[in-house]
Amino acid sequence: MNQPIKVEKTMTINKPAAELYRFWHNFENLPHFMKHLKSVKVQDAKRSHWVASAPLDGSIEWDADITEDRENELIAWKSVAGADVDNAGFIQFKPAPNNNGTEVKVVTEYNPPAGVIGAAIAKLFGEAPEQQIGDDLRRFKMLMETGEVATTEGQSRGSK
Amino acid sequence: MKAVCWEGANKVEVKTVPDPKIINPRDAIIKITSTAICGSDLHLYDGFNPTMKPGDILGHEFMGEIVELGSGVKDGNPRNNGEPLAVGDRVVVPFTIACGSCFFCNRTLWSLCDNSNPNAWMVEKVMGHSPAGLFGYSHLTGGYAGGQAEYARVPFADTGLFKIPDGLTDEQVLFLTDIFPTGYMAAENCDIQPGDTVAIWGCGPVGQFAIRSAYMLGADRVIAIDRVPERLQMAKEQGKAEILNYEEVDVGEALKEMTGGRGPDSVMDAVGMEAHGMGLEGMYDKVMQAARLETDRPNVLRQAIVACRKGGTVSVPGVYTGFIDKMPMGAFMNKGLTMKTGQTHLHRYLRPLLERVQNGDIDPSFVITHRLPLDAAPEAYEIFKHKKDNCIKVVLKP
Ligand SMILES: NC(=O)c1ccc[n+]([C@@H]2O[C@H](COP(=O)([O-])OP(=O)(O)OC[C@H]3O[C@@H](n4cnc5c(N)ncnc54)[C@H](O)[C@@H]3O)[C@@H](O)[C@H]2O)c1
Ligand SMILES: [Zn+2]
Ligand SMILES: [Zn+2]
Repeated sequence: MNQPIKVEKTMTINKPAAELYRFWHNFENLPHFMKHLKSVKVQDAKRSHWVASAPLDGSIEWDADITEDRENELIAWKSVAGADVDNAGFIQFKPAPNNNGTEVKVVTEYNPPAGVIGAAIAKLFGEAPEQQIGDDLRRFKMLMETGEVATTEGQSRGSK
Repeated sequence: MKAVCWEGANKVEVKTVPDPKIINPRDAIIKITSTAICGSDLHLYDGFNPTMKPGDILGHEFMGEIVELGSGVKDGNPRNNGEPLAVGDRVVVPFTIACGSCFFCNRTLWSLCDNSNPNAWMVEKVMGHSPAGLFGYSHLTGGYAGGQAEYARVPFADTGLFKIPDGLTDEQVLFLTDIFPTGYMAAENCDIQPGDTVAIWGCGPVGQFAIRSAYMLGADRVIAIDRVPERLQMAKEQGKAEILNYEEVDVGEALKEMTGGRGPDSVMDAVGMEAHGMGLEGMYDKVMQAARLETDRPNVLRQAIVACRKGGTVSVPGVYTGFIDKMPMGAFMNKGLTMKTGQTHLHRYLRPLLERVQNGDIDPSFVITHRLPLDAAPEAYEIFKHKKDNCIKVVLKP
């Protein structure tokens, strides 16, 4: 049995909960800031289809259902039976003290099946799944607060 | 284009590299007309920052002309008096990169911007939280290509570009990008009260502006400390400071004598992590640093804390990046001192100080001793580092 991988990360974003909730609620927005996601297609109010990149130019896919939805407070999702990788997660929005934006907490959990895919998933997250989710959340924060994600990729430099 | 690239400790090269291009919607591209070398660049040049990579473009004090604006650059920055930016505008660029909309930017703590360092994770491991991204200042603060080049990309251009009115030369406004505001904020951090004496360690460019600023903010006396004759002379003649050569006198004793035994009301470390240490203590730090048991040499900080009068303020514009040893915490605590520090909140000071330049309160070009073409950068770094030829500040012309 593989151990489930569970990671969580909290960040304060200087925007009202309603705005953050609305953006995240459209799962098709997620690949803008979640680096390992290739695409998410929303199929109906509940179900969506997710495609993530995997090592060696591969990809893994699954369907997910929204399992809980509290406006401006929380969105939870879970992969349906037959997913390449069993996974679930939720995002929670809590007003920060003194109207200083919103405390956003993301929790995700993966249940890699035994064998190849399990190894692939571990690789997908590199050494530090915490960092991956932290980086995704930071990019979400940058996008919401500034309209873009700070980067130096593609800038000029004196050697490769 | 041509750009000054870091190639290893004590090695920079002028290389031909691709021209910068717009990457994000709020970017601008600047054609650089003047750029300077800073004491902060020396920490990188000397090889004290492990996150430099060969090929990194250096430079964080630069100005020029807008040649391209991204589609998302917003109009009406109040710091530009609400005027929109346009191609052809002459601008200066603060060395701290700030988004203009996060918690910290909203509180004018611009150098602490939450959103400008793409490598924030790297810093968080060491410092807990990440400061703003900086131009040309290692991968720890974003790895942004710097401005010792013919062109530069400026992110968050609507927040980070300041228009310069006609009638002022490059040399009069170039130092609004860093050292004039840095000296000014450091003086403000001294919390100067009427009658106060401020002691400033380091008569480099930052120290020179700190001296001028301390008087602007009402200091009664400024005492400046260094060992380089021409720097001390500038502090005395241009800055009207009293001076101490730390190689000739015991600085702590001298300061006491000069202040009726009380010590200076505030003290400033305008030297930072590469302070030159004297005697046994200096040797101790050299050994510790070589053995990587200590990353920064805090000789000045120690001396300043011990010299400061009881209840006084310690202002630290000098840069530290890692750990120090033998911090006189007992003196700091028992004398009830306050410490204020940080990378400068450039965007807060830029326009008010520009107005001082316009009013003729100060002409910042007084620190310039060397004007060289960009191609001469390798030589310019050597001259500035070793204070050859009475060098105080170098401006490079692309
Ligand atoms: N906080 C900021 O935002 C900010 C911005 C710019 C520069 N800085 C820092 O400010 C510091 C000074 O910058 P600079 O451009 O003037 O550098 P610089 O290297 O030209 O000047 C440093 C001066 O300190 C003197 N010095 C060395 N050891 C000393 C000692 N023990 N006692 C007294 N003086 C001593 C040197 O002789 C030299 O004149 C650097 O650490 C730089 O990184 C900070
Ligand atoms: Zn500088
Ligand atoms: Zn910001």
